[in-house]
Amino acid sequence: MAKTNPHVDVVLIGLGWTNSIMGMEMTDEGLSVLALERGPDQDTVPDFAYPKMADELTYGVRYQLMQRPAKNTLTVRHGVRDLAVPYRSLGSFLPGNGVGGAGTHWNGHTWRPQPQELRLKSYVEETFGADTIPEEMAIQDFGVSYDELEPHFDFFEKVAGIAGKAGNLNGEIQEGGNPFEGWRSDEYPMPPMKRTLNDTLFRDMATEQGLHPFPMPAANASEAYTNPYGMQLAPCNYCGFCERYGCLNYSKSSPQTCVLGALKQRKNFAYRANCEVMKVNLASDGKTATGVSYIDENGDEVIQPADLVIMGAYSLHNVHLLLLSGIGKPYDPISGEGVVGKNYAYQMNGGATLYFKDKEFNPFIGAGANAEVLNDFGVEQIDFGQAGFIGGSYFSAAMTNGQPIRNMPLPKGAPSWGAQWKQAVQETYGHTMTIGSHGSNMSYRDCYLDLDPTYTDDHGRPLMRMTFNWKDNDVRMTQFMKQKIDILSKALKPDDYKLSFKDFNSQYDVRPYQTTHNVGGAIMGTDPTSSVLNRYLQTWDVHNVFVMGASAFPQNIQYNPTGLVGGLTYWAAKAIREQYLPNPGPLVQA
Amino acid sequence: MSSELKNASRRGFIKGSLMMIPAVTVGGGVSLTAAAAEPPANLDDYQPTFFDADEWRFILAACDRLIPSDGEGPGALETNVPIFIDQQMEGKFGHAADWYMKGPFHPGVSPLFGYQSPLAPREVYRKGIAATGRYCQDNHGKGFAALDVDTQTQILTQLEKGEIEFDDVSSGQFFAFLLQNTKEGYFADPIHGGNKHMASWKFIGFPGARASYLEWVEQHNKAYPLGPVSLTGERG
Repeated sequence: MAKTNPHVDVVLIGLGWTNSIMGMEMTDEGLSVLALERGPDQDTVPDFAYPKMADELTYGVRYQLMQRPAKNTLTVRHGVRDLAVPYRSLGSFLPGNGVGGAGTHWNGHTWRPQPQELRLKSYVEETFGADTIPEEMAIQDFGVSYDELEPHFDFFEKVAGIAGKAGNLNGEIQEGGNPFEGWRSDEYPMPPMKRTLNDTLFRDMATEQGLHPFPMPAANASEAYTNPYGMQLAPCNYCGFCERYGCLNYSKSSPQTCVLGALKQRKNFAYRANCEVMKVNLASDGKTATGVSYIDENGDEVIQPADLVIMGAYSLHNVHLLLLSGIGKPYDPISGEGVVGKNYAYQMNGGATLYFKDKEFNPFIGAGANAEVLNDFGVEQIDFGQAGFIGGSYFSAAMTNGQPIRNMPLPKGAPSWGAQWKQAVQETYGHTMTIGSHGSNMSYRDCYLDLDPTYTDDHGRPLMRMTFNWKDNDVRMTQFMKQKIDILSKALKPDDYKLSFKDFNSQYDVRPYQTTHNVGGAIMGTDPTSSVLNRYLQTWDVHNVFVMGASAFPQNIQYNPTGLVGGLTYWAAKAIREQYLPNPGPLVQA
Repeated sequence: MSSELKNASRRGFIKGSLMMIPAVTVGGGVSLTAAAAEPPANLDDYQPTFFDADEWRFILAACDRLIPSDGEGPGALETNVPIFIDQQMEGKFGHAADWYMKGPFHPGVSPLFGYQSPLAPREVYRKGIAATGRYCQDNHGKGFAALDVDTQTQILTQLEKGEIEFDDVSSGQFFAFLLQNTKEGYFADPIHGGNKHMASWKFIGFPGARASYLEWVEQHNKAYPLGPVSLTGERG
């Protein structure tokens, strides 16, 4: 028989970026707040302390900080009539595990979306005509505007301590920043990171080409910094162990380095690690939640009563939990009815690897968000009618690490083993740089998430099933970017280069790592028949359940999601504090 | 409705972090403190834990083909790669401990869906080595390790391309694990049993676990001058 805990005001599901922020915001209101984290507790000391982190095999290859598929995974298929099989070992994407979540092991690319991306459907219809949108495409507006989110982007950047250069301060274009970005009310809290050789080569070439390069907005500190919560970051030492690792140097912005140290001191906050929420419990009328049920660290079931439930698990897990809890109507791709699981989207990436016989890049000197970037081919720059696709991309020349098991680009035609492989390794290591294209991915009627009919997790619950494949619109986008990157690669005059972009035969492949930017499934919007959440990230059907994270995106933006996720979290927190708590109920009338 | 919470997290924190430590060490099959005191093993004296004598002869010969000692730079044997592989078989990787291994299995689906075999990697090795041995006996009259170098290379190439097929294990998957683990053992920190004296890092110019380069970031187009260090503090 399940044990019942004393009541708390707010229960937080997951303790990564979004619920660390929610912990601060809800405790500010004097509420009692309990966070339940599925994975282990972890902090800079002792878990990420030098030298333990500098171990590519354990963290980079064997995924020590990531979710174990043995405990919970999902199944994958390409089409609605196909058999789905489990994602048995990690590859294409890497959900984090433990306190800090993906905010612990990310690289730190921290973007705001373009204003147009938040109202993409309306933007396309108004600018290019409704018939520009292909029949099977399911794009929607977010239901919240850039102007509404701007103060929250700004505050998230100050909490996370982002290093960068503004390109648009209150409408005034700034030298050295991104001239195409949405307006900013303030400069970044820290100056850009130092430039590596690949950065300067790319910057100088792009400037000669008449393009507008600028430094990546980085969640890697460029100087000593104290954030609004009193948390301190140290200057990044370019250790070359960033993505897939916890930061050994208090330099990478993470829930641990930016929020949790302050939050843990609050007496009305507590958290429990190794506690996995099984479902949100609903009152008998199904219109309010009474709390959650979870399995504690001893394997016992516990009922946790709460007045307010805030989901802040990884995007895929939020959707899984909604489906398991019976909150919102599951989406059916055949009838088009229902909403939960709808509009799953990913990210369309590609890139070039350039070899320079006589250049020394020292690739092990790098940081997660050390890169020079272009936004000249972004969503807002492209004539979708003429180009024949909807979407956009940013380009980056990044130098994140030179860890040799995984980062050993070899020239075309080099063998994969034997004496000639060894020779190619020696000739190539340290002499390559890359140009990446990081592109949007639209949503489609038949790309969605639901419960798998066959496979179960280690608690016997159905796994979630992902139905996803690449679509021609997005392949046309990435092929457009390929032509541009081919020109830029040639302009850098490498001894050799190779391009890697998806083509019209490409099917989604779960094996090679692509990105952990899985979005949608619990999307926000303006109408309960087409979205799970209203514009304040409140579920339409159960007013005391809010869902944070990139599961709210109706399609994927061209950028990395964390900046938008952070902004949306503060936006939702403001609505809860100012509107919901004084008068609990739906914040938008359906 | 405000109240002070009894903070269970402190207890959870200590438990949680203690639980992490064995996970890390089991993963690598080694512990930081034990390895620090011990010099790397001598491959000739090493007694494999997982592989039997026949299997070990195959591993030694195959590693020598995949990363031979010819030309510049160390080979897999000088860098203790076989020891690394033996230790991986006994750790989480060999047992597929982190992988979802519940059925039903559909090994016939497109390779795009990743690993779909019910076999843990150590079972793939065991069956793959045995099947390769039978193939060599049937077609060449001796075991793999006794064949000449060119024939060994030819057989590995056929395994890689799936041109030799086995009944009870995928030849391509067997080769893929073997190649992946060989490169891992070559380039991973010596704490995991291979990369003896960081020889592969010295060969390519990777500084290992130094992990501190602030003063070098802006020194462009100059080869980094310092040799590698390992997790246990060995310097090369």
